Amino acid sequence: MTDTATAFSGEKARIGAPAIAGFTEEGENLSPLNEDSSPLGGDASKAHSHGAGAGVPDSSRAGRLTSYRLEDFKALTGREEDWRFTPLKRLGGLHKNVPAGAAPIVTSELSDGATVETVGMDDVRVGSAGIPEDRVAANGWNAAKEATVLTLGANAENVKATLTLTGAGLEASAQHMVIVAEPNSRGLVVIDHVGSAVVAENIEIDVQDGADLTVVSVQAWEDDSIHASSQQAKVSKDAQFKHIVVTFGGDLVRLTPSARFAGTGAKAEMFGLYFADAGQHLEHRLFVDHAQPRCTSNVLYKGALQGKDAHTVWVGDVLIRKEAEGTDSYEANRNLVLTDGARADSVPNLEIETGLIEGAGHASTTGRFDDQHLFYLMSRGIDEKTARRLVVRGFLNEIIQKIGVEELQTRLNETVEAELAATEN
Amino acid sequence: MSTLEIKDLHVSIDTEQGSKEILKGVTLTINTGETHAIMGPNGSGKSTLASTIAGHPRYNVTSGTITLDGEDVLAMSVDARARAGLFLAMQYPVEVPGVTMTNFLRTAKTAIDGEAPSLRHWTKDVKSAMAGLKIDADFAGRNVNEGFSGGEKKRVEILQLELFKPKFAILDETDSGLDVDALKVVSEGVNRAAEGHEMGTLLITHYTRILRYIKPDFVHVFVDGRVAEQGGPDLADRLEEEGYDRFLAVGA
Repeated sequence: MTDTATAFSGEKARIGAPAIAGFTEEGENLSPLNEDSSPLGGDASKAHSHGAGAGVPDSSRAGRLTSYRLEDFKALTGREEDWRFTPLKRLGGLHKNVPAGAAPIVTSELSDGATVETVGMDDVRVGSAGIPEDRVAANGWNAAKEATVLTLGANAENVKATLTLTGAGLEASAQHMVIVAEPNSRGLVVIDHVGSAVVAENIEIDVQDGADLTVVSVQAWEDDSIHASSQQAKVSKDAQFKHIVVTFGGDLVRLTPSARFAGTGAKAEMFGLYFADAGQHLEHRLFVDHAQPRCTSNVLYKGALQGKDAHTVWVGDVLIRKEAEGTDSYEANRNLVLTDGARADSVPNLEIETGLIEGAGHASTTGRFDDQHLFYLMSRGIDEKTARRLVVRGFLNEIIQKIGVEELQTRLNETVEAELAATEN
Repeated sequence: MSTLEIKDLHVSIDTEQGSKEILKGVTLTINTGETHAIMGPNGSGKSTLASTIAGHPRYNVTSGTITLDGEDVLAMSVDARARAGLFLAMQYPVEVPGVTMTNFLRTAKTAIDGEAPSLRHWTKDVKSAMAGLKIDADFAGRNVNEGFSGGEKKRVEILQLELFKPKFAILDETDSGLDVDALKVVSEGVNRAAEGHEMGTLLITHYTRILRYIKPDFVHVFVDGRVAEQGGPDLADRLEEEGYDRFLAVGA
C-alpha cells in the first residue's frame, strides 16, 4: 500500500498556498514551468497503464526504472511522478543535452586510512553501488569522463576526509564519485559543494560489511548554480551508514539520496537540513530500500523557507520488501515557513510488503512561524529579531548537532545566521 | 513604589462585521504591593484588558491611557513593555517549536535585565523555582510549552513570573483548567513572587476559588467592558454566593 500525502498542519490555508501560480494546496499540480502541465495524471501512469514505459507500475517504488543507458530513459516532460515538482526549464539542460563542460574541481583533505584516486569510468568500482534511476543521472553517468574514488581502508579507524568540489563555471557538466568504506572501517566524509556550477552528479557509496560511515553532503553553491545529484548507498551486512544533507545554496538543487540494504543487521540514518530563500528550488527525494531482514532506518529532514517563491520539495520513499522481516523504520519531514510566498511540499511514502516488522512510521509537518509565537516571545522581553532567530536556530539545530564535525557545525550555524540576517533586510 | 495607571481605556477589535468595542472606559490604578482581582462573567472584557496591557496586536486602543510610573505604555512595543516590568501570564500559553525552555528562559531573562544572569545563580534559581512549582526537571530540555498539558503550561507561566520578577504581574485566568492541587501549587508560586520582590498583581478570574489562595486587596467586577462595582475582599465573598446575575440583570 502506498500512502501519499502532502501534509500541512494546522493553519493550512495560511501556508502560502496560492503564492506560486499553478500550485494547489494538494501539491497535485505540476510545476507551472513545465510544458503541457496537466493536473490529471502523469505520462508515467498513462504509459504504465498500457504496459509501456518501464513495464512496471510506478505505484510501487520497486518498479522504478534503473539503467546505465541514457536511451532507456524517455525524454522528460515534467509530468513524471519523480519530476512533477521540478521546474525543468531551470535544469540548465541537464535532462536534454550532453553535459560536456568542465566538472567541478575536486580537492581533498585526508587523514590516515583514506586514499583518493582519479580513475576511468571503466574502473571496476564504478557501478559497484549505484545505478541511475532517472534521465539526468543517466545523462551524467554517461557524460562523466572520469571518476573520483575515495577509499577508507579495511579496519581503518577514525578516518576523516573532506572533498571540496569547486564549480568550474556554468557550462553543464557531469561528475562521478565513488566512496568505498572497506570492511570494518570507520570514518566520516564531507563533500563540500561550492562555487558556481551546472552539474549532474552521481555519487556511489559502498558501505561494506561491518563498516561505519558518515557522509555529509553540503550544498553551499553560489546563487546561480544548478545541481542534480544522485547519491546512492549500498549498505552491507552489519554496516552503519549515516547520510547528512545540508542544502543552502544554488538556484535549483535536486538531490536523490538512497540507501539500499544489501545485508542483514545494517543500519541507515538519513538526515537533512535545507534553507530556501526567495526563488530557490531545493528538492530532496529519498529512498530507503529494505531488501534485507533485520535492518534499521531512520530519516529526518528539516527545512526552513523564506521569501517569495522559495520552494522546497521533500519526498521520502521507504520500501519494506517481503523478505525484510524484522525491519524497524521511521521517516519524518518538518518544515518551518518563515514568510509569505514560500511553499513546502512534503510527501512521505511508506510501502510495506510484510507484516513481520518491528516498526514503520512516517510523519510530516509544515508549520509557520506565526504572530502568536512572536507575541509570546516578545511579551517576555525578547525583541523580534532575536525571537525569530531563536526559533529558526533551534529548529535547525537538531540536524546540525548530528554532524559531529565541530568546524562544519560552526560554519553551518554561521550560515543560518547569515540567512536569517538576509530576511531582516 | 511603582504605579500602573489605566485611565478611561476604550479598546475595540476588528471583526467581520466591523469594529467592535470591548472595553468601554476602564479606569484602574494598581500600586506595587497590592493585589487586585478582576472578576466578571465571560465576555465582559477581562482578558481584553490583560492582552491590551501586554500589547497584543489584535486589540486597538481607541482612547484612554495606560502609564507605568508616568511612562506611556501604549507607545511601547510588546518587548519594551516586558522590559519595563509588565508580565502577562497567559490564559493560553503558546507552543514555540525548536526553542528549549532553558534557552528561552535565559534569553528572556537576559533581555529583561539587560545583561546575562550569572550562570551559577541562574541555574540554581531555575532549578529551585521549578521544584517549588513541582515541574519535572526534564522540562528544561523540552521545547517551550510543546506537548505540555494545560496545567503544565500554567505552571510554566508562573515559573517565568518567579524568575523574571516583574513590577506588575497580570494573571489572565491562570486558575482555569487547574485541579485543586495544581491551583494550590500555582497560587503559592504567585505568593512567593509577591513576597520575594515588590510586585503588584492583577488577577483576572471568573471564579472565586483562586481567591482562597491569593488574597486580593481590591476586587473589581467587570460587566460589559466597564467596572460595574469595586470593593474589598468581601465583594468576592458576595459574588461567591450571588454570582453575576445581579449585574447582568442590571445590564439587561
